[in-house]
Amino acid sequence: MDARIFQELRSIVGAHGLVSSPEELHTYECDGLTNFRVMPLAVLLPSDTQQVQAIVRVCHRERIPFVARGSGTGLSGGALPVENGVVISLARMNRILEVDLPNARVIVEPGVINLDVTGRVQPHQYFYAPDPSSQSVCSIGGNVAENSGGAHCLKYGFTTTHVLGLEVVLPDGSLVHLGGKCLDMPGYDLMGVFVGSEGTLGIATKVTLRIVKRPECIRTLLAAFPGTNEAGAAVSGIIAAGMLPAAIEMMDNLAIQAAEAAVHPNYPDCGGLLLVELDGPVAEVEALMRHVDEICRKNGAWEVRLAQTDAERMLVWKGRKAAFAAMGRISPNYIVQDGVIPRTALPQVMSEIARLSAETGLRVANVFHAGDGNLHPLVLYDRRIAGQEQAAESLSYKILELCLAAGGSITGEHGVGEEKKRMMSKMFSEPDLDTMQRVRCAFDPLQLSNPTKIFPTPRLCGEKPGEYVAHPLETAGVAERY
Amino acid sequence: MLKTSTFEENLRAVAGLENLRVATADDAVSGMLPQFVAEPDNENQLASALSLANEAGMTVVPRGGATKLDWGNPPKKVNLILSTARLNRIVEHAWADLTVTAEAGCTLQSLQHTLAQHGQRLAFDGLWPERATIGGVLSANDSGALRLRFGALRDLIIGVTIALPDGTLASSGGKVVKNVAGYDLPKLVTGAFGTLGVITRAVFRLHPLPRAAKTFSFTAESFPAMQQHILAIQDSQLAHTALQIRCAAGELPAADILFEATDAGLAAQESQLRKLLGSVRAEQSSGNIWNARQDLWNRPTNNTLLAKISLLPTDIAKTLGSLKAICDSRKVNWQIALQATGIGMLRLEADPSRLSEAVKQLRTELQSRGGALVVLRRPQELHSIDAWGNAGDSVSLMCAVKHQLDPKNTLNPGRFVGGI
Repeated sequence: MDARIFQELRSIVGAHGLVSSPEELHTYECDGLTNFRVMPLAVLLPSDTQQVQAIVRVCHRERIPFVARGSGTGLSGGALPVENGVVISLARMNRILEVDLPNARVIVEPGVINLDVTGRVQPHQYFYAPDPSSQSVCSIGGNVAENSGGAHCLKYGFTTTHVLGLEVVLPDGSLVHLGGKCLDMPGYDLMGVFVGSEGTLGIATKVTLRIVKRPECIRTLLAAFPGTNEAGAAVSGIIAAGMLPAAIEMMDNLAIQAAEAAVHPNYPDCGGLLLVELDGPVAEVEALMRHVDEICRKNGAWEVRLAQTDAERMLVWKGRKAAFAAMGRISPNYIVQDGVIPRTALPQVMSEIARLSAETGLRVANVFHAGDGNLHPLVLYDRRIAGQEQAAESLSYKILELCLAAGGSITGEHGVGEEKKRMMSKMFSEPDLDTMQRVRCAFDPLQLSNPTKIFPTPRLCGEKPGEYVAHPLETAGVAERY
Repeated sequence: MLKTSTFEENLRAVAGLENLRVATADDAVSGMLPQFVAEPDNENQLASALSLANEAGMTVVPRGGATKLDWGNPPKKVNLILSTARLNRIVEHAWADLTVTAEAGCTLQSLQHTLAQHGQRLAFDGLWPERATIGGVLSANDSGALRLRFGALRDLIIGVTIALPDGTLASSGGKVVKNVAGYDLPKLVTGAFGTLGVITRAVFRLHPLPRAAKTFSFTAESFPAMQQHILAIQDSQLAHTALQIRCAAGELPAADILFEATDAGLAAQESQLRKLLGSVRAEQSSGNIWNARQDLWNRPTNNTLLAKISLLPTDIAKTLGSLKAICDSRKVNWQIALQATGIGMLRLEADPSRLSEAVKQLRTELQSRGGALVVLRRPQELHSIDAWGNAGDSVSLMCAVKHQLDPKNTLNPGRFVGGI
């Protein structure tokens, strides 16, 4: 990078807000998806909105692409730096700015950790509902970018349901406010478009969240089935009976073994484990839980346990939430996928996954958000064995194709990022993707904000305000102007 | 612009459109008479008709059940009404997956009827369900009492197909409840008043029909007392589905609360509610009380104005107080149905000049506290009042989005915020 620009950026964030030594830059070369790595030119750590604006203005003027980064826990390479670009880390913007309990709103900076929001309002029996498994480390800004889910979004909805307002630095450095503390502010729901746009439309610098009152009681049931098909049938039975549990999670035998090895949640050793959580008023939950118990037994559950204490309940969840990391206990490497299927397609998709697994000789462990059909197949492999990594990647993409063939999606909560952009044209037609890119052009005509993500072919926007300057992607020959 | 006869011929020929007719007085939009009304048979035909109009420089107003056609600002010009009346199929009710795909012209009532056969519903209580269509309720972002529990339409829609003025048919979202692939365009077109594209179909997540339901109503002695009850209920562990305030000039504020649960659950909720309310007596009421919002629309006269307001729950008492003071001093009659979400429907009755002053002052009050007032229906004389009020600092971004999708301003010109 030009020394003059470098100096200018340093003067914005101060020497402590700029990372430029190669050793330190390595920390930022990837996010939670470690098989893609790009070294950024520099990492900037602004401490307020004005600094973010100033940085983005310089990037805009100099046509330097930038990637915003929260805690870097993303699993699709959304925070992967782009070539010849800078990373803007929001980690230092981590203040909770306002807690408004009577209106059930909390206003935070993007670097605030997800679980810290709940931590702050818990004494008043409120919580922040979206609960990705990484919630103790992931940031609200990252959650906004990815529209993060979690086990409880079956009942409570995703990040987008719980974001009411955003302050956003647009890719030209200007500041806009989308939504607000009140609902239905006049105008387009640009906030709805921004949430889940994976950092491609600008940088959120303030987020107004909705918090939820804790239900009177929470009950968690664990049911052991011979296999995932029986467990799946029980899920269908629960839905058909007109219940909407707070969460329904499923694990297959390989996933149970890994969780058991890692955190000893004392799961029954079975072919398909179902975890059903109901919450609400005591009388209601108790009546419905009896019904869930019956449905599980009718569908072949040979053991049904109701967590008796909060400690037991936490242990049950610990096993589930640690499931990805637990794979390290049974395999040197793994790829986690995030496909979604209509829940009813589960038996068919599971048997196809088993077939592909047998064909390739690679083990696949399965952890699902079973209530909403979000699969997390974990393809296990050993990087040291020649060709296995490629075989595992190819298997994981084949699983996504199965999901699409069943009428589902390539991603339920991890985002498209770098990893799945090549799958986008299998899910969407060219006109679908073009329409999305037109929206992107309205926000970011110069395509500077996380420019290489989501879309299989980056397209540059027709109108170019100011003097024409070739985009770095154009010079590199990876994009064309249209 | 093409000669209208040529346009008509092209439309018939290229779009294969059989159902094209010259507009009559019944087709007027905010008093403006369009030239043609087209009723395409399918979404491809709709997209072709839209693109022909776009090329010919004709403006287009999409129309569903026409129940909310005069909401928003009057369009600058109306050449063609593009009706979704024949796009009224329920494409797929995947009941075991709790989703439904329906064409835009399907009425809310016929959708709910189909869903109910499998004990399900779209958890949304829209206005005039027997006539209002899926495309219409989405475009106008109608919002009812069930929103407190189930979220707005933006939270229930999971996929959409839209026709753009250049003839593109674009889908986004999908058929599964959980999906973060690509931009969330279903949300972009929800509440866009048909200014970005014409919704041709939508996919929704569904909820089970309740096993049993009970409504209770109570009154409060004052606005602050009512606010206190509402906030206490919201801060409690009651699992109510809806909570609304009804109030009118010269009356004490009343509130209604809806519980949906098992019989055992209902009994427990009722006793907890009574405990919470203390000396205030809650009586069981009929479920019809939830029509209060729609009833505000009954028998409008030339002196009737209806508006949607948005405020924070902690501003309920202040806002009702201002409403009363502003209306009393101007001899404006008023009636409101306000949800605990802070979204309310307001009816004002007076001669147009007094209405105009009252609305202006009330809007200023609401905006000063971060809220909004959007005029939905007004007397003809007040068509010059901006329906929307302050749309904040993102208007130029909204215009840029509009420009990308509808560069020739073909769809509903002038209807939306910032002149869009």
